[in-house]
Amino acid sequence: MNIIVVGCGKVGAKLCADLCREGHDVTVVDKSDSVVNQICDRFDVMGFSGNGASYQVLQEADIVHADLVIAVTGVDEVNLLVCLIARKAGHCQTIARVQNPEYNQEAGFLKEELGLALVINQEFTSAQEVARVLKFPSAIEINTFAKGKAELLHFRIPKDSVLDGMNLNELHERLRCHVLVCTRERDNEMVIPQGNTVLRSGDVISIVAPGDEQTEFFRKIGLNTHAVRNVMIAGGGDIAYYLSRILIRSGIQVKIIEKELARCEQLADLLPKATIIHGDASDKELLVEEGIARTEGFVALTGIDEENVILSLFARSMGIRKIVTKVDRSAFAEVFDQLDLDTMIAPKNITAEHIVTYVRAMQNSFGSNIETLHRMMDDQAEALEFLIRDSFTHKNIPLRDMKFRKGALVACISRKGKVILPRGDDWIEVGDTAVVITSIKGVSDIDDIFEK
Amino acid sequence: MNYAMIFRILGWMLVFEAGFMAPSAIVAAVYREASVIWLFVSMAIVTAVGLFLRAVSRPHHHRIYAREGAVICALIWFLYSIFGALPFKLSGYIPDMFDAVFETASGFTTTGASILSDVEVLPHWLLFWRSFTHWVGGMGILVFVMAIIPLASGGSAMYLMKAESPGPSVKKMVPKASQTAGLLYKMYIFLTVLQLLILVLGRMPLFDAFCITFGTAGTGGFSVLNSGCATYTIFQQVVITVFMILFGTNFSVFYLIMLGRIREVPKVSEAMTYYGIIGAAVALITVNIRGSYTSIGLSIKDAAFQVGSIITTTGFATTDFNIWPAFSKWILILLMFVGACAGSTGGGIKVSRVQVVFKAIMKELDSVIHPNDVRKIRYDGKVLDHAVLRGINVFITAYFVVFGLSVLLVSVDNFGLETNFSAVAATLNNIGPGLGGVGPASNFSGYGAFSTCVLIFDMIAGRLEILPVLILLSPHTWVEGPVLRGKRVRRSREVENDLMMCGSLEMELG
Repeated sequence: MNIIVVGCGKVGAKLCADLCREGHDVTVVDKSDSVVNQICDRFDVMGFSGNGASYQVLQEADIVHADLVIAVTGVDEVNLLVCLIARKAGHCQTIARVQNPEYNQEAGFLKEELGLALVINQEFTSAQEVARVLKFPSAIEINTFAKGKAELLHFRIPKDSVLDGMNLNELHERLRCHVLVCTRERDNEMVIPQGNTVLRSGDVISIVAPGDEQTEFFRKIGLNTHAVRNVMIAGGGDIAYYLSRILIRSGIQVKIIEKELARCEQLADLLPKATIIHGDASDKELLVEEGIARTEGFVALTGIDEENVILSLFARSMGIRKIVTKVDRSAFAEVFDQLDLDTMIAPKNITAEHIVTYVRAMQNSFGSNIETLHRMMDDQAEALEFLIRDSFTHKNIPLRDMKFRKGALVACISRKGKVILPRGDDWIEVGDTAVVITSIKGVSDIDDIFEK
Repeated sequence: MNYAMIFRILGWMLVFEAGFMAPSAIVAAVYREASVIWLFVSMAIVTAVGLFLRAVSRPHHHRIYAREGAVICALIWFLYSIFGALPFKLSGYIPDMFDAVFETASGFTTTGASILSDVEVLPHWLLFWRSFTHWVGGMGILVFVMAIIPLASGGSAMYLMKAESPGPSVKKMVPKASQTAGLLYKMYIFLTVLQLLILVLGRMPLFDAFCITFGTAGTGGFSVLNSGCATYTIFQQVVITVFMILFGTNFSVFYLIMLGRIREVPKVSEAMTYYGIIGAAVALITVNIRGSYTSIGLSIKDAAFQVGSIITTTGFATTDFNIWPAFSKWILILLMFVGACAGSTGGGIKVSRVQVVFKAIMKELDSVIHPNDVRKIRYDGKVLDHAVLRGINVFITAYFVVFGLSVLLVSVDNFGLETNFSAVAATLNNIGPGLGGVGPASNFSGYGAFSTCVLIFDMIAGRLEILPVLILLSPHTWVEGPVLRGKRVRRSREVENDLMMCGSLEMELG
């Protein structure tokens, strides 16, 4: 497909990388000459410098033949204008990034009236993701499917856990819990496990389990499932705002530390129930004074990666139960991995996941649609949720008779609002959604995971 | 430096060279020439070397950067010239190895300078190979292969293309490098076929038509007759003139026409300036040489043919312009340096660079008069980035440094100044014939082995626009810090991690 990406910041660059790898023809537009040159050197894309909201620049980028325009500049108004003009100038779908809370409440209206295919608010989605792990602190990451009904939980197996040295065949018998282990990470390598795969403490595994069994399972392996009661947030940006709103609603106490006085006042106005501290979050004395030692959750959301990492390391030394770190430049992910920070989030990756989901679904409008896509472990594997249509070739066949390609697994099936953890005699029928975990690259249809 | 990846790509490219030799075998079959056996031997050698390079290289990672791009590009042109010389050498028609490499380099770089005094004794398949190298080299070897197979992934492809394509700033036409390469070749092939058809309809012998078309398309200039193009009919000469000028035009003009945006063509200032220069030069020379012609028409025809041949750096000749008046000769010398458009198959400094340099001179003059004047140099309506301007200035400086040193080096053979000067000008600008001892009626065989090597270097340096070739001479290109050196990397996992970090750092910094 011909895709135009307007804005080459962190998100734009990540999108270029992803979309190029998926084989699309990408054209980028950015107002800075040097940024465009850099992107063009790094990826196989064509670049134009100029204002992406200008009709002439879009013409130059061949808007007439574009299938999709993605506006991801840092300014909401520009993004909306780009999409508006792109729709008038060509016959393309448009995706806009909108982060301002004021517009966020109007996202539905904007989408409808401006004819946007997708409105992305990466600050809001990031906040949701952070809130999920704060409510379930033992997990490093939680991916949701089937409109939140099914969850893929990633967690690290603690030292001296009963799971240490256990293979998956024994798991069910010994714990008497119906859970499905979907992936196992060890030494930066991800495998999709089989029955004889052995777990060790220190591994990061992801599991799917029905709600009630989930708590049971974690209790049996000795992990705490209680939500944190209070959270300290360093940095008062948009993510902090969205996050506080979600947390306060679930009765968790929130304390935000923000450097800029004007922003503090604004936050105090928007979040009456939160404690807003005006001060520098990188000031150790301040953190101690504000009771970091008594905090159960710590979230580092300042604009500087390095500062976030240092703050999180400090928080860990204070023995805080749950720590979340925002890291934007994931190129250094290997370095951060070695630090063993608890949960890390990269907002740009969340946006990229959404857009890639949409693009793959657009490409495959006749087959089974992708509903959700989550990437795991540096894109080594993907979790995809498909809506099953009539064209599905393996409908109503028991799973044990299906011939899966190597590195693919059905993690759960959701039928009429009920989540089924699949066993050999379960089947997939039209109207279900099925979650597939796979290390096969570029899957856009559920049929891609079967032997041809 | 990713040596393994360089070897891998070079290996691939050599296998492709064997493929390029294949069409000559068909010619040999048609003319029933037994000496073609040497062509097959050459193909076998090239393939073997290519596969060997490919087999021994095990890239640790596939990423290549600007440095590797330039090195691959420069090396491949030298390798193609050396291995492409095998048919000449093995078949014994050019017994001296240096001469054979010179002839092949002259072919691939679309220079058209020859060391042969009698080309008519060569068998047809060898003549065909000689001309076919022009066609291959014209649009670029790497560009051709890139259109077919993905040599390198991601942005790496662009580094290769940038190193090979002529012009101050290389732009894509469509988002993917491979598609851009494919598009260029489509236009190239279309124009080639068109010229071939017209020449055949104009009753040129088929074999001549093929070779002349290859020479025109790549703006090379090898002909198949000792008399050059002089014995072809006026119609055929006019067709050649027109197509030479077309192939020297910026291909983005053809792309605009292909898209049906003909109205935008006059806005491409480079092409318009190029046509303007041609018009002016033809007029001046016509007036200057009219005395020796019986009719004005004939003198226009010869002037146009020669101007077209020189400015596009083709180097065909219908007449011995060595005997023209000094004024006309000097115009031709100037045209040699101006060269064709960027983004064409021609060589030389390129019209767009000359335009920008003149604008820069005007700007400097202006700043003498108004010292505090803030002024930007515009080109095609856009403000030129300072980096592009600097690139052009450095290119022209490097160009004349190489030029001066080359004249110095070839002077050891003790030819006259005019001969040495024009020999270097004709090779560095990829034209072919020069003046004096290397004029259209003579050839380069007089130069000794050392000078021949200097001229081979000049031809390739000229084709790749100097810098990629000069990079080969810099020790920093080959030697790197101890941590990054290939051997130590594999020793321990720690160092390997360091390397990965350095790699991602490099990526981050672009």
